[in-house]
Amino acid sequence: MLSPGILVPAILNGLLTGAIYGLVALGLTLIYGVLHIINFAHGALLTAAMFAAFFAHRLLGLDPYLAALILTPLFFALGYCLQRFVIGPAAHGEDRNILLVTLGLAVVIENLLLYAFSADTRTLNLDYAFNVVDLGVALLAVPRVMGFGAVLVVGLVLWLILSLTDTGKAIRAVAKERLGAELSGIDVGHVYAVTFGLGTACLAIAACLLIPTYYVNPHIGNAFVLIAFTIVVLGGMGSVMGALLGGLFIGVVESLCGLYLGESLGQIGIFVMFILVLLLRPRGLFGERA
Amino acid sequence: MRAPSLLHIALVTAALATVPFVTGSNVVLNFLAVALVIALVGQGWNVLGGYGGQYSFGHAAFFGTGAYVSAILQVRYGLNAWLAFALGIGGGALVGAAIGALTFRSGLKGSYFALVTLAFAEVLRILASVAPITGAGVGILVTLDLRPQAFQFQSRAPFYWIILALVAISLVIVRLIEQSRFGAWLVAVRENEDAAQAVGVDTTRVKLAAMTISAAIAAAGGGFYVQYFLFIDSGIAYGPWISIEALLASIVGGIGTVFGPLLGALVVKILGELTKLVTGDAPGLDLAIYGSMLVLIVAFAPHGIAGVLADLRSRFARWASSVVERAHG
Repeated sequence: MLSPGILVPAILNGLLTGAIYGLVALGLTLIYGVLHIINFAHGALLTAAMFAAFFAHRLLGLDPYLAALILTPLFFALGYCLQRFVIGPAAHGEDRNILLVTLGLAVVIENLLLYAFSADTRTLNLDYAFNVVDLGVALLAVPRVMGFGAVLVVGLVLWLILSLTDTGKAIRAVAKERLGAELSGIDVGHVYAVTFGLGTACLAIAACLLIPTYYVNPHIGNAFVLIAFTIVVLGGMGSVMGALLGGLFIGVVESLCGLYLGESLGQIGIFVMFILVLLLRPRGLFGERA
Repeated sequence: MRAPSLLHIALVTAALATVPFVTGSNVVLNFLAVALVIALVGQGWNVLGGYGGQYSFGHAAFFGTGAYVSAILQVRYGLNAWLAFALGIGGGALVGAAIGALTFRSGLKGSYFALVTLAFAEVLRILASVAPITGAGVGILVTLDLRPQAFQFQSRAPFYWIILALVAISLVIVRLIEQSRFGAWLVAVRENEDAAQAVGVDTTRVKLAAMTISAAIAAAGGGFYVQYFLFIDSGIAYGPWISIEALLASIVGGIGTVFGPLLGALVVKILGELTKLVTGDAPGLDLAIYGSMLVLIVAFAPHGIAGVLADLRSRFARWASSVVERAHG
């Protein structure tokens, strides 16, 4: 067994990483909860957001945390338009088609990024990236602590939007009972697009929180999105709370698996858990419906 | 569209079989051989996805298993290449049956099915990239032994005829399924699973059988790939490229039709080559075009090229009959 001196930092770091996973999963689960589709383009959109955050700093000198203020509305608009003008019309209302369209979008986005920026891995060198806070039991990187805090704020804001605003109420109405919502005058196409936009906006924030301590290449999103799938399935498809808690949980699991089994096998641990949860409890731990 | 007869299949196969007599160009034969591999794996996808409505995003799991089983048995255990190829198909079918049993028993369908097949392919890819028996990150080189009994040939033409024969067999299999009671059950599952179950179709068993056949066909593609290139690694075997090209061929050509995957594979590959001609060998651009084709086909021609052709034919027939009517009137 490992001493608490190694275990505690591993768990704390797992929680910090897990919060970002949770944010990525939050976007996915929000879209699933309302549109009842799995957005296979989620990973590619995260990659695109990370490239945007990277070049916002490299070309415009924007600090990633400032860039988030611009990229979030930008990606909201992108997500809104994708759903409104591409996915919605192309799918002809069939779930099977939506699967294919989002898969096709993922392939397009990922490979256009590959074409434009080649397979190189890029990193930002920020002077505060290596600052740490000393908790006594562990040293934690400042950007990741800030990331953790930001995720909590985003979760809270999203919760407020969903419970207090008219749009939020419309979103929840459509998620619960689509036809009923439509009959009472809610523009379902608009609500779908807004939800897709919110899910995509979560990715822009996640990207800005990741970029100070992480690297970016055209395939980076895949690593995150498979973890996000696991979280969403674990937390229950469509459950916002499930996504955040599931994210923290998976972050700790990954960190401990990496500690005991090594990097590549730690990755397998997540997949195996994913498959097991899908097979044994497809509704997840917090999910209400299949 | 009217179902094509066995005669149609024979005619198409015979026409394609003449290609090596027309051109000795290795470039053309290489191109067609790879396109036919995609057609074969696409036909496998079509059995489950096109007729059964279960969209797999992880057919690499079967393609890769066919490839690895065949390569490992030859290289590590000295088995005859043909026997190894046959066992590779069996191995792929087994993996298909196992994944199918797990997923269909738990009632996973739609997006969940796509997700879980994707995850299985990824697990296999990671395992193959670390396990010593698959050559880990290095991959497996099949020993060069250019004799027909070792499933290796001096020229490209015999390879081409073999993959063509495999594709022809898959066309016949799908044609037989289409005309059978099993095929009717499978389509019933696609159209309305609950209704199919209500009238007494054992939907889980039907889907399981379809997945096993589908996986066996995809594994044959993998086994052939190994003989043709004499090399396999985890990225080629279990990477997402083959899962995407298989479903793309099927959807572009015409989902749930006998000739769809063959037609789709040829069109997709020709477009891919044309892109390379225009842009040079830029990585990513051909795949980006495949992705946009997928979106465009789903948006504007949900029944693929076969659907468009059928539509044109019926329009032409209507136009012709109206002309005849007018001439008589």
